[in-house]
Amino acid sequence: MNFAIIIFADGVIYAANLFLLSVGMTMVYGVLRILNISHGAIFALGSYMATSLALKVLAQGYSPYITYPALILGALIVGLTTGPIIERLFLRRIYGRPVAIQLILTFSILLVLDDLMKMIWGTNPIFVSEPCTLLGEVSVGGIPYLSYNLLLVGISLFFGALLFWIVNKTRLGKLIISVISDSEISSAMGINVNRIYLIAFTIGALCASLGGALIAPTTASVPGTALNVVSLSFAVIAIGGMGSIEGAALGALIVGLSRALCIHLFPELELLSIYLIMVIILFIRPQGLLGKVELRRI
Amino acid sequence: MRKQRTILPLYFTTILFFSAPVLVPRWILFILTLALAKFIGVLGVALFLRGGLVSLGHALFLGAGAYTAGLLIKWFGIREAFFYLFLGPACGALIAALFGAIIARYRGVFFAMINLAFSMILYSVLLKFYWLTGGTDGISIGTPSFLGITPAKEALQHILYYFVLISAGIATYATYRFLESPLGYFLKALNDNEIRIEYSGESVQKIIFITYIFSGALGGLAGVLVSFSVGHIVPELTFFLQSAELLMIALLGGIGSVFGTLFGAIAFEFIRTYAYKYSPETWQMTLGIIMLFLILYQPGGIWAIYESLVAKFRSRWERVKVG
Repeated sequence: MNFAIIIFADGVIYAANLFLLSVGMTMVYGVLRILNISHGAIFALGSYMATSLALKVLAQGYSPYITYPALILGALIVGLTTGPIIERLFLRRIYGRPVAIQLILTFSILLVLDDLMKMIWGTNPIFVSEPCTLLGEVSVGGIPYLSYNLLLVGISLFFGALLFWIVNKTRLGKLIISVISDSEISSAMGINVNRIYLIAFTIGALCASLGGALIAPTTASVPGTALNVVSLSFAVIAIGGMGSIEGAALGALIVGLSRALCIHLFPELELLSIYLIMVIILFIRPQGLLGKVELRRI
Repeated sequence: MRKQRTILPLYFTTILFFSAPVLVPRWILFILTLALAKFIGVLGVALFLRGGLVSLGHALFLGAGAYTAGLLIKWFGIREAFFYLFLGPACGALIAALFGAIIARYRGVFFAMINLAFSMILYSVLLKFYWLTGGTDGISIGTPSFLGITPAKEALQHILYYFVLISAGIATYATYRFLESPLGYFLKALNDNEIRIEYSGESVQKIIFITYIFSGALGGLAGVLVSFSVGHIVPELTFFLQSAELLMIALLGGIGSVFGTLFGAIAFEFIRTYAYKYSPETWQMTLGIIMLFLILYQPGGIWAIYESLVAKFRSRWERVKVG
């Protein structure tokens, strides 16, 4: 029984991480219909920027509590700069082009950003633990857990709810849904489609950089994060349904729980289980668990 | 007319490639060997690009071929290169045939995703089953033997080069025949209009299935050759990065022609080597920037640049003749 609780708690914590790292990608795909590989680099950039800002704050001798706003600030800087720049300069030119072009363009952006990070922060991992250790531990069912991890679960729930609210309950959300359904009619009705694309991509980039910043204190920022994030996000959003925010949450939960189960019972299958589930889901429901069925050409 | 235009460049390319060991230093020969080996794998990706399908997981076949050779060498000590020349493609084709029927149902981004998933499954097996595959340490391939003869160290580089070159020639010819067959024409039509293919009485799923098997065989062959030319294999051969790299080479060269792919593969390895030499920390950035420019300003790749140059010279020549 106790064992089940451990697996469940680990799974939920990992799922929260996965949700934070993949929700931006599903958001961008949902609106722009582009599989944004550079998402992983924005995530890594957010985590580097937030960590280095937090370290600066500590080096200046401020209270360690200031590291929290520093993390958020780092994420905002990265999200609000990379998002508009990438959308305006590059993505705008390739809407409606073949999938191969879109994939390789965003992949090239990832390569560029990945090396930019190596130039700025070097190849050694950087790590700030204060935000994590400051909150201490909480005991759940007799097992101590880092409070920060539980906070992450709360944050990702809040994050999901916020995005859901934005898309479904606000005027901006209605505009976004209208652009998703038919961008031509939307622009005929007077919606500035280009601006919606810009806003949606920036929200996606913000999700990525915030995810990176918030997860950074639990792991170190290392080169190579970007690619791992991309391949994990692919799995999560393909399972949940590409373009669906609820789908990303469900996908994260499934992957998180199955990974926790595997780590405790069959450690060798840890990575394998994720992609096995992905294949099975794609086989049974190609559009993902909560994805909408797309009209096929046949 | 078209035949005449391609026969002369083909002739010169062949001569250049066969005399390369005399013309270039040893380290360039190594790069050429690797580029030719990868080129075979890229052919499989480029085939699908012609049909408008993007695979984000073709490194699966590269890894399958490489680890077929690696495991047999590690556990049974079979080093005969010609044996793997047949076994690699067979293994790739077998895997492709196993999953091809499922994969043939997918299009667009879903096709990319399911390919990615399959390749990542192989990656995680290679990475985590340490006792079998050596995990991240990989497997050392050592020196292959050719028809039972193990070449001396000095001669190995040249023999390997010709071995890969001839394999690449065979693969190029096979791809050319494939594209010239009715199936190849249907594959090109897939990009334009899938429904009309069905109306003309051909099954689209069958086209994708057979193309998948063929490209799997190419990938398996490429995997074997890459493992011989590098001498050491690691699970990264099947990682997502490798698949993206294959796709990148295909776009770099341009998918309009088999030659384009060849030049793309060679250009890619040289860009990488030189970028790595002059700025080891930022070679990815150099590559990324080149790709960004190419995609935004010359989407047809290197081959399109070449063709526009040829067209320019030809029109000038015609004018000279007339005037």
